[in-house]
Amino acid sequence: MKPAPAVVVRIPGLLRSYTGGVDTVRLAGLPSRATLDDALQELDRRYPGLRFRIVDEQAAVRPHIKLFVDGTLTRDLGAALPPAAELMLVGALSGG
Amino acid sequence: MATRSSANVKTGNRASPPGRPKGEPRSARHPDKAVSLLVATRKGLWTLQSDSTRRSWKLAGPHFLGHIVHHAVRDPRDGRTLLVAARTGHLGPTIFRSSNQGRSWQEAARPPAFEPGSGRSVDHTFWLTPGHAAEPGVWYAGTSPQGLFRSADGGATWDGVAGFNGHPQRMAWCGGDQDGTPDGAKLHSVLVDPRDPRHLYLAMSSGGVFESTDGGADWRPLNRGVRALFLPDPDPEFGHDPHCLRLHPQAPDRLYQQNHCGIYRLDRPAERWVDIGAAMPKSVGAIGFPLVLHPTDPDTLWVFPMDGTDVWPRVPPRGRPAVYRSVNGGRSWQRHATGLPASQAWWTVKRQAMTADRAKVAGVYFGTTSGEVWGSRDEGRTWKCLARHLPHIYALEAG
Repeated sequence: MKPAPAVVVRIPGLLRSYTGGVDTVRLAGLPSRATLDDALQELDRRYPGLRFRIVDEQAAVRPHIKLFVDGTLTRDLGAALPPAAELMLVGALSGG
Repeated sequence: MATRSSANVKTGNRASPPGRPKGEPRSARHPDKAVSLLVATRKGLWTLQSDSTRRSWKLAGPHFLGHIVHHAVRDPRDGRTLLVAARTGHLGPTIFRSSNQGRSWQEAARPPAFEPGSGRSVDHTFWLTPGHAAEPGVWYAGTSPQGLFRSADGGATWDGVAGFNGHPQRMAWCGGDQDGTPDGAKLHSVLVDPRDPRHLYLAMSSGGVFESTDGGADWRPLNRGVRALFLPDPDPEFGHDPHCLRLHPQAPDRLYQQNHCGIYRLDRPAERWVDIGAAMPKSVGAIGFPLVLHPTDPDTLWVFPMDGTDVWPRVPPRGRPAVYRSVNGGRSWQRHATGLPASQAWWTVKRQAMTADRAKVAGVYFGTTSGEVWGSRDEGRTWKCLARHLPHIYALEAG
């Protein structure tokens, strides 16, 4: 089977201590029907601990984290990732 | 995340009398050794290191700048391992560990977290306790909402203590996770009997004090005699709000607690707490967060009263901060405010933010919600500001 095109993940500043300062990660080799959580699990395999900082133990996206798939906000970890999707992780504006 | 800055601090000494204060033991001039304080704040972790006289202090940090650090503790079993409970405004809770006194840090591979499917999520780890001396590597953590966790590998991986988190009475004891204190319901003051690693105590705000004699497999409430004026039954079995619970390491049957409704002492095997807050001046009251024990004298303790009237402003009564000390197990109290601001000081001291060192003449220290660290090298009689301009201080531990 032809591998799916890589998913491009934009890493916010608040998570770059995990990626060694890298702001963009390309996830190649995900399943052809990959979900958002497949991408987060792969990120966590590469950068241990990253997923738990943005997704809690009940598989809920943490309150001040936003996930955009090709520009659309989603909190559903089961959402499908289109081929060559861009996943943007964002620390939401909050506080004063 | 290494220390990013270090500076000698010109400690404030306003109102600090020259020479030896009246009543100060001569031996206070010759303390045992230098003291290191871990200062956990809403914006990161700092350290304060004294010289051997505890007169001069050096501030270093921050570590984890921008992280909300609820507790930082040095392992007394090896003197060099540090554990830090941290989260940020956006990112979830984790534990950082250092085995070289903070020169380098590693994140826990599996931080405290409830079981998937339980419907509960850890908002933050609030409390850290090193385990028994005979169990190196064992640590306990208390979380918000209330959960108890244990690590057997020095804080690298954590598991829930099923005997507590899954106890059939837990919901009755704690209420729902929405029933907590304003900053979230907390499990804190995890205490290990130095004679027996299976004998544990913990406290919950709210929920009360609980005891286990089988290593955490089962728990029972231990609250008789403690008031709960916010409940319909003023003397219930559980549901209380202990703010800080302490066990004296050299007299492990002696327990004290600073509660939402007073100050109490319990001498086991007794089951009923004795109200020792009744001896506090009525104009000050017996409300506060921290309670600190003398390192060698089980009859000596310190509290930091706050205004618990009306809407609970959580400031010193009349804006005049003072430490109160008892040297007779709470039968009477003395006010100590020399060196502290005489008026118009509206900060307070949170439950983990007051500590004592282990010098022969004990040093006592507290951190304020306005980012100051104050210290006394004469068992609380006189005070000096050791650091200013830090963030809101959540915890202070002497190592």
